[in-house]
Amino acid sequence: MKKIISLTVNGKVVEVAVEPGRTLLELIRDDLNLPGTKLGCGLGDCGSCTVLMDGIPTFSCLTLAIQAEGCRIETVESLSQDGHLSKLQEKFIEKGAIQCGFCTPGMLMTSTELLRRNPGPDEHEIREAISGNLCRCTGYQKIVEAVQGHSEEGEK
Amino acid sequence: MSDYRILNTRAPRVDAWDKVTGKAQYTDDLKRPGMLYGAILHSPIGHGKILNIDTSRAENLPGVKAVITWKDVGTQPYGVSPARYDETIFCFDKVRYVGDEIAAVAAIDPDIAREAVNLIRVDFEPLPLVLDPLHAMDEGQSQLHEMYDHNICAKVNWNFGDIEEGRSEAAILRTDSLSSKMQDGAFMEPQSILAEVDGADNLTMWSSTQAPHYIQRTIAMALNHPLHKVRVIKPAVGGGFGPKASCSTAELAICMLALKTRRPVKFTFDREQVFLHGRARHQFHHTMTTGIHRDGTLAFLEHKCILDGGAYASFGIATVYYAGSLLGGPYRLKNMKYDGYRVVTNKPACGAQRGHGAVIARALFEVQLDRLAEELGMDPVELRLKNVMEAGETTCNELFVSSFGMKEALEAVRDSAAWKRKRGELGQTRANGTGIGAACGFFVSGAGYPIYRSKTYHATVVIKLEEVGGGVTVFSGAADIGQGSDTVLAMITAEELGVELNDIRVESGDSSRSVDLGAYSSRTTLMAGHACREAAQDVKRQILQAVATRLEIPPESLEIKAGKVISLTGEIDFSEIRREFLQEHKGFMDTPEGPELTFREASRIAFLELGSVVGTGKYKPPPLGGSFKGATVGTSPAFGCSAQIAEVKVDLETGEVSVERITGAHDCGFAINRTQVEGQMQGSMMMGMGEALMEQKIFDSEGRILNRNLAEYKIPTSLDMPHLESIIVESNEPNGPYGAKEVGEGAIMPVIPSILNAIYDATGVRIDELPVTPERIVEALQKKKLENEL
Repeated sequence: MKKIISLTVNGKVVEVAVEPGRTLLELIRDDLNLPGTKLGCGLGDCGSCTVLMDGIPTFSCLTLAIQAEGCRIETVESLSQDGHLSKLQEKFIEKGAIQCGFCTPGMLMTSTELLRRNPGPDEHEIREAISGNLCRCTGYQKIVEAVQGHSEEGEK
Repeated sequence: MSDYRILNTRAPRVDAWDKVTGKAQYTDDLKRPGMLYGAILHSPIGHGKILNIDTSRAENLPGVKAVITWKDVGTQPYGVSPARYDETIFCFDKVRYVGDEIAAVAAIDPDIAREAVNLIRVDFEPLPLVLDPLHAMDEGQSQLHEMYDHNICAKVNWNFGDIEEGRSEAAILRTDSLSSKMQDGAFMEPQSILAEVDGADNLTMWSSTQAPHYIQRTIAMALNHPLHKVRVIKPAVGGGFGPKASCSTAELAICMLALKTRRPVKFTFDREQVFLHGRARHQFHHTMTTGIHRDGTLAFLEHKCILDGGAYASFGIATVYYAGSLLGGPYRLKNMKYDGYRVVTNKPACGAQRGHGAVIARALFEVQLDRLAEELGMDPVELRLKNVMEAGETTCNELFVSSFGMKEALEAVRDSAAWKRKRGELGQTRANGTGIGAACGFFVSGAGYPIYRSKTYHATVVIKLEEVGGGVTVFSGAADIGQGSDTVLAMITAEELGVELNDIRVESGDSSRSVDLGAYSSRTTLMAGHACREAAQDVKRQILQAVATRLEIPPESLEIKAGKVISLTGEIDFSEIRREFLQEHKGFMDTPEGPELTFREASRIAFLELGSVVGTGKYKPPPLGGSFKGATVGTSPAFGCSAQIAEVKVDLETGEVSVERITGAHDCGFAINRTQVEGQMQGSMMMGMGEALMEQKIFDSEGRILNRNLAEYKIPTSLDMPHLESIIVESNEPNGPYGAKEVGEGAIMPVIPSILNAIYDATGVRIDELPVTPERIVEALQKKKLENEL
């Protein structure tokens, strides 16, 4: 039996009918057509599906859509405004924090939240924050440098 | 630093904007109208005869559109190496590992498809399992394949130089062993496939593959579909590292379902299926005897290896050869004997993974060098420096190194990591929990020969100018799987044509665009790079020729720089051409200005003179290698080399290892993109560190993988990784475009041994089984303590 839920996704209020077993990730990717958020493992191990739920990094593959009723969801698609990248997105590009790009949306969401609550994190704080987001390409070095670079220069 | 405008810089990746905004499309992000969803039935047992397959219940489930087994697709054998075609799309007589594919379903939604495969009933007669590679060859063991006597899938017996002479001359020799466990690629994007057929039987498959060219051939061969009617497109790929280089049953089955239903079918592995499918690093058991002269120069190497290949050959023939051949460098070694045996067992097939075949062999050899240095009382870095090859030398197995910054790389890490100060007294192992270790590596820069016997070009590139002027599109079959080859092609094109990076569009990873053998053996920058440079020069020649014809001057007097055509022989009046261009652009606001001719005008004039302007380029290595059996594996137009120093802390109570710092140097010939070279080095350090300390597939007694998820199969997190120092060494490779050669795989070679050597320095104990878990260290420390007390 589907249930109608209402939630805010990237600033827009949406109402959708979902099966009780549908995950937030499936809702975002398939029903709302926002494929930027990735499915890497479906078990909450890799962090590729990270979105912000009421501002908190959340594995959308482990969250049921109905749990997001009334919540504010932010996905990678919300980070750039009118074609302008956020400072953090720019730093990811500049520092070479991207290779295959599959972990990038999740990394960006986790780091965005870190920088909101701690605008000047040190290296260890950055590594701790993104430790739930696996990356197999970069060795994390350039991702850490990108987040550091952001905090050194601040939001423009 | 260099005369180039775009090459050798830190230009941003051409796909970066798409990837940070979530707009990059991976295969699972694609949707087609009327799309069905696939599911695959895997064998639940490790070895058994198939007695009966009953698909009737699945077929009758509402929403199911097709169920296929071997009865529908036949039993045409296929595989990677033509000499070892040992796979069929579906099992028909027996299953050989937990995960072997038996049937596939297409249904209107993924849940129905999964439900349907669970309704397929298969009756098995279980057969004895072969799980231990060291006993797979024994008499009386169950046989996996009729074609592999004693379960030996491939063997290599090589003898270079005179091993006995080397042995008689050696002052010190020692024998050591090292074994590893099967790995998983652990790329972040699970394999995904979407296939569609049109009214003319053109089959298009989008797949997260590393090698569209080989996949295209395999699909046509296994499905008996005309080769020219198969097109393989690689969208954005979330990492591959080797396992995505071979064609999978899933790719073949989904194509077959699309052909049968005449509807698009999509299928994406779940993470468990990634582990079941495997095709990642083999399990290696190496034993080496190395002899050394009193002065520290190498006398000989006698090497034996048994590789656990899992149930099928996959890339494993190349693997068993690479495991021996790549010890030919980077040191002068006149006498080398190698006996390699790849056996099949009832586990997921193993294939290629970063540093193909060579990483564990390298690890043991570099450990041996440290142990020999200790016995000689020589600094291990000095011992290596005494033996390193130089450009222009040939290894005992006939690999010619045309550029070789090995000495420079080793000196760079030695100095950057303050080796001499930190290492302390020569030959003194501190065993106080703090350790430092060094190692070197050697790797091909592109396989010298294709996987199937052919005179094919290894890479071709087509570059086309926009007829309207200004734009440039690069068409290539090369597969950017995250390593950044699209950016390399764009940079080369922009450099050659004298335009900006954002004037270039790259359409790649598509078997219909050009020939490219794929992203494996660290080949793309050298091979596709060569082809791209040639294509760009072809286009440029045509542009300048067209402009020169209009101006009635020799084309040699013209050049393109920073988006402008300039005269090399004094001022030229371009106003006629400008007038012509402006006449065609009445009403446009972005009209060209200034005294020079813009690239946009020049390329439009070239079109008006010549029609569509297309340039082509191609690359094929020259004939390489010796005449002995298997001499082609290990050949390459160039060889990369690398050195690394690892610093560790080991808790002597718990055995826990913390890698504190890694300093690596890699000779990439010439860095086309400096950021990307560092990125490859850093990724290699992480993958090597995972293999050294944590990664292993754990099997139960039935051949099931116990840790088939990314929580229990551990790869390094951001907290595990230390600060990584990556030093680029440039040696100007004569066979590479602009002097460039590989970095993607070679950089992993010294990682494991540098960590092993550092752990020994920290603990005083040697561990001969990977991964080096805390338990193994504690056990070794306790054993040593007992021995000391006795």
